[in-house]
Amino acid sequence: MKFSHEILETNAGILLIGTMIAISIGGLVEITPLFLIKDTVEDVPGVRPYTPLESRGRDIFVREGCYTCHSQMIRPFRDEQLRYGHYSLAAESKYDHPFQWGSKRTGPDLARVGGKYSNEWHVQHLNQPTSVVPESVMPNYPWLAKTPLDYSDVADRLRALRTVGVPYSASEAEYQANVKQFGAEVANTLRIDKAQENLVAQAQAGNYDGDRSFVSEADALIAYLQVLGTMVDFSKVKPEDLVKYR
Amino acid sequence: MAASNPAAGEQYDYEIIKKFTVMAIVWAVVGMFVGVYIASELAWPFLNFDIPYITFGRFRPVHTGAVIFGFGGSALFATSYYVVQRTCQARLWGGGLIPFTFWGWQAVIVLAALSYVNGYSQGREYAEMEWPIDILVEIVWVSYMAVFIGTLMKRKQPHIYVANWFYLSFLLATALLHTFNNLAVPVGLFSMKSYSLFAGAQDAMTQWWYGHNAVGFFLTAAFLGMMYYFVPKHAGRPVYSYRLSIVHFWALSFMYMWVGTHHLHWTALPDWASTLGATFSIMLLLPSWGGMINGIMTLSGAWDKLRTDYVMRFMIVALSFYGMSTFEGPLMSLKDVNALSHYTDWTVGHVHSGALGWVAMISFGSLYHMMPRLWNTKLYSDKLVGVHFWLATIGVLLYITAMWISGISQGLMWRAFDDFGNLQYSFVESVAAMHPFYAMRAIGGMFFLSGMCVMAFNAYMTIRQGVREANLVGQTAGAAA
Repeated sequence: MKFSHEILETNAGILLIGTMIAISIGGLVEITPLFLIKDTVEDVPGVRPYTPLESRGRDIFVREGCYTCHSQMIRPFRDEQLRYGHYSLAAESKYDHPFQWGSKRTGPDLARVGGKYSNEWHVQHLNQPTSVVPESVMPNYPWLAKTPLDYSDVADRLRALRTVGVPYSASEAEYQANVKQFGAEVANTLRIDKAQENLVAQAQAGNYDGDRSFVSEADALIAYLQVLGTMVDFSKVKPEDLVKYR
Repeated sequence: MAASNPAAGEQYDYEIIKKFTVMAIVWAVVGMFVGVYIASELAWPFLNFDIPYITFGRFRPVHTGAVIFGFGGSALFATSYYVVQRTCQARLWGGGLIPFTFWGWQAVIVLAALSYVNGYSQGREYAEMEWPIDILVEIVWVSYMAVFIGTLMKRKQPHIYVANWFYLSFLLATALLHTFNNLAVPVGLFSMKSYSLFAGAQDAMTQWWYGHNAVGFFLTAAFLGMMYYFVPKHAGRPVYSYRLSIVHFWALSFMYMWVGTHHLHWTALPDWASTLGATFSIMLLLPSWGGMINGIMTLSGAWDKLRTDYVMRFMIVALSFYGMSTFEGPLMSLKDVNALSHYTDWTVGHVHSGALGWVAMISFGSLYHMMPRLWNTKLYSDKLVGVHFWLATIGVLLYITAMWISGISQGLMWRAFDDFGNLQYSFVESVAAMHPFYAMRAIGGMFFLSGMCVMAFNAYMTIRQGVREANLVGQTAGAAA
């Protein structure tokens, strides 16, 4: 029997199934292997989940839509290496729900902004970017340092993140597993039952916005910005170890 | 005679189409206004006014949401309901589902915009809607599919017309993409916040599989469906090549789904995935141009219409921009070109040559064609269609020229080295250098927006005229009885 396109044109059901097959293949072939091939995410030491305070800072980063102007993905080019540092590894965003690689650099890449500037600089910059970078077109964010951070539901947030695969610990066994993987100090920050306590303690100790009287949204955001790109110690990672992943 | 051949307005459900037509125009004005505003914020940052709700980061998804889903979406609902009824010679199926698709979809757009300005966002481009709104989208979409497919099933024509293939493909793909890209775990039942199921590289892959196919199916396949009905209808000519429409339909549906990874060249996504994306992007040029050629050649024998008919001009210029953008796209998906273009305004310009040049213009043409038929009258002013055409064309050209210059300059400035091997420019020097082009882009947007306002006025007057005439006919009929 000769195939005729007429069969598809005269049967809505067959047309529907045919179309469904045509549009499903691409996604299946490109997405599923990423979950199955182990080399997709590099095996490098140092990457850990965010502390409760950093995680809340990340929420604020997403809330304000920072990704519409700032990428967090350094490409393996000489100019980007000089400007931003080592190219980004997949491992460095393996706990990022959602990823914030971005697609546009109206402002500079932030993948390794951690430690580049002082906390004081960040406070002033968030409050009024042109006060430190006169040509900047970034909006002022004066409300961040004035608004108390809502951390009442931080444990719920970590629990949701745990559900999607971030190893925050909800039990003694999970805590012990974290001690083994990340060390006791980090494992302590990943305990869901201590989330609020840890959040306040980090804000007090870090004093990110220069005001210890209350935990502000700026505290959280700056804590997040200061950890970006600092988890992997590249002096200990040999380039040849990374090449096989690319 | 009248009983056996009822007017189209009685044979088909036009009320729902009228509603969507009006809202398409309303959302176009709103969405483009927000677009001009955020473009101006980049040129003149004081416009952020230290108000959280209107800062660029929160306002940008309001713009993309209102123009893509509000304007584009409503235009697609309107035209697909029009096309499916007329080509199947069947009244819409679905009863109460039909008005639900209208009110549900409008609620989605309003809720999304309100949630963005209040800081609720999934942080995924073009999919910023948080989980409760995503669920509403899902319900409305399934209803939309039911109405569309239900109407297809009760067609009186044995053949399903080509425009409907494209609408069907868009319906299925959008459902698939929306579902998988929005898989997330909410913080609580009463919390708007959720965290996406996937992380890092896999999340990026899923998002750009969605992101590019929002372009491929929502903004391309569906608008090709629009093109396949309204261009031949308005030109009064048959579609140029039936064979070409079959080949390019299947090729387009199949290939688009592979190309999303070209948004992730040189990133931490594995190389094989981005190479596949680039390969399919190049191949995609063929089916894309197949559609463009089929559309433009449909006019052969009726070229003179371009001289006199501004509605036709909108359609043909739209197809030309479609051809241009689908040539530029594969070019930018080449890794070496992408190394320069990625992260710059070139991408923004490319999107807008597609969105303003192709999507908006083909919609304008189709809406202008539909309006007099829906309200059973003539367009209030053909001259104003001409004014709209020129404002829109000048606007697009200013916009994309500004973005080409700024995008390529950014790319070149970022990678420039001085004689000593140091970076020649600091980042902020590239920001400062963009100012004139950001201003030019905002002005281009203002042209496009003012054209849109002219259309809104013309539509308002046309509708008023149509309603008046209908009342007059009603009165005379009443008097005669």
